[in-house]
Amino acid sequence: MANLIFEQVLNSLQFGVMLFLIASGLTLIFGVMNFVNLAHGSFFMIGAYLAAYIAGATGSFWLGLLGALPLTAALGFLLEWLVFRRLYKKDHMVHVLATFAFILIFNDGVRMIWGPQPLPLNMPAAFAGPVMLFGLPYSSFRLLVMAVGIAVAIGLYLLINRTRLGMWVRAGANNLEMVTAMGINIRLLFRLVFSFGLVLAALAGIMLGPLVAVQAGMGDDVLILAFVVVVIGGIGSVPGAAVGALIVGVVDTLGRGLLPQLFALFLSADAAASVGPALGSMMIYLVMIAVLFWRPSGLFPARS
Amino acid sequence: MQRLLLLFFVALAVLLPILAQAAGMEYYIGVLTRILIFAIVASSLNFILGYGGMVSFGHAVFFGLGAYATAIASFHGVTSAWVIWLLAALVSALAGLAIGAIALRTRAVYFIMITMALAQLFYYFFVGFRYYGGDDGIQINGRPVLGLGLDISGDNGFYWLVLAWLLAVHALLARLLKSRFGLALNAMRENERRAQAVGYPTLRYKLAAFVIAAVIAGIAGSLIGMSNLFASPKLLHWSQSGILLVMVALGGVGYFYGGILGAAVFLLLEEILSTHFEYWQIYVGLILLLVVMVAPRGVSSLMSIGKTLKQGEQHGA
Repeated sequence: MANLIFEQVLNSLQFGVMLFLIASGLTLIFGVMNFVNLAHGSFFMIGAYLAAYIAGATGSFWLGLLGALPLTAALGFLLEWLVFRRLYKKDHMVHVLATFAFILIFNDGVRMIWGPQPLPLNMPAAFAGPVMLFGLPYSSFRLLVMAVGIAVAIGLYLLINRTRLGMWVRAGANNLEMVTAMGINIRLLFRLVFSFGLVLAALAGIMLGPLVAVQAGMGDDVLILAFVVVVIGGIGSVPGAAVGALIVGVVDTLGRGLLPQLFALFLSADAAASVGPALGSMMIYLVMIAVLFWRPSGLFPARS
Repeated sequence: MQRLLLLFFVALAVLLPILAQAAGMEYYIGVLTRILIFAIVASSLNFILGYGGMVSFGHAVFFGLGAYATAIASFHGVTSAWVIWLLAALVSALAGLAIGAIALRTRAVYFIMITMALAQLFYYFFVGFRYYGGDDGIQINGRPVLGLGLDISGDNGFYWLVLAWLLAVHALLARLLKSRFGLALNAMRENERRAQAVGYPTLRYKLAAFVIAAVIAGIAGSLIGMSNLFASPKLLHWSQSGILLVMVALGGVGYFYGGILGAAVFLLLEEILSTHFEYWQIYVGLILLLVVMVAPRGVSSLMSIGKTLKQGEQHGA
């Protein structure tokens, strides 16, 4: 039991860190451009597909990772220039519809290019085995995923708080008109923020690729989780996304993993097997409702 | 114009199945039935979206709940369609009240994300509920009976039933929109603060509209359950809510016949594209993108028909 709890806690942290990568891009894009991007989850999928394809052709996970990230960035740059920049000034409803259209296009697009079967993406050989952690075995690849996520989170913190670009981003999220008046090239800033956010989502997709199936639609449910994270944390707030991601990661993993066992203690096995998983997957939404009840604009409201 | 359009729709809805029958293409009666059912649920979404300004991304919940109410009621031996509709309406009204009470506390993009997330809550509820089929969904053993000497067990009889519901729902919506309630709802979409200042309890009005739309969607869900003899969690998934929004957008947000037109355009596109292309959703996506960029007010605006009941600026443009 202790073994199981230990593994579940680590898994939940690892999941939370990955959720942060996805949600931070989503919240940045919303915070700076006031743009609702439903296709954010699709880039989680596209990153994983590109990495799986390149890794399959070259036999190296690392080459897949290194190749997929700039390709995703380029695709984001291109789409921003072709489509999304024309939508910023429009209504949220238009954002929702246009980006939903991209979900349809991307989901069927990857099926058309790579077929309906999931693509295999193997973990790098060096991280295939378990490591001993406090005397208990744990997947070394999952540790790597966690480390990458934490490193990116620290890098993101430094980028936003310590660099000129980060200053523009913070200023843009706060008062866009003023930033424009100061002579910042906001069109370039927008394009950078947009593709940077998508690269973060793609990175999460690549790192999680070996742990989940790389298949069409893999980003759809992740998108909703990212929304829950952003809503809990406060739309537009990166620190909020970090806290929200940890909450959702922990509650979701522990809810799914431990609730059925918890119910088994005082319900019949049959009832526990029926109620446990249902309630386990509903937990994060109940947490979201609770947060919204007391803090309607999330834990860290970005704009007052 | 409005009258003429209505006459045209009704004539089409009456003639098409008769023609299909005569030409021996009974398959298309099923397609038409589907279009009419989706027209009902899309119109209910159009009511809160186009007239109430609420971009709900969880409307499929009520659709799915209606289907599940039907499946679960007939699983426990209820055979009367009237009792089932009452149950479907009750369940979706309660869910609409709960979701609306939470989501309407928030605004704009929060509202979109929260309706979406709450919809997933219900989705996972049914996925995990193994007693009623869980992930696989639940079969409905035989279509409920209507009584009154009317037979809805065949495809033809069922089509006329769905058409009757569509007309009843639109008669109700037309009345509502012309009433004080509908006008107040319009005013709130235009300027909520001003409506509040005039003295309207805006939250209560919007919640009432939300619940009405939920009940209509629940009835449509019950009809899709009776039509397919099946209810599955997929009906509640957020992508289904997305499809409903797409239908309303294609048809024309805030146009009285936007829901009907949108459902017809979308499902016919699906019918045609899916027979010709394996990966037809790409083309649906491209068409949707084109509509959003070129004609954000949908098909209705292109044909400049179906004059809006309201004056002034359109929401969503």
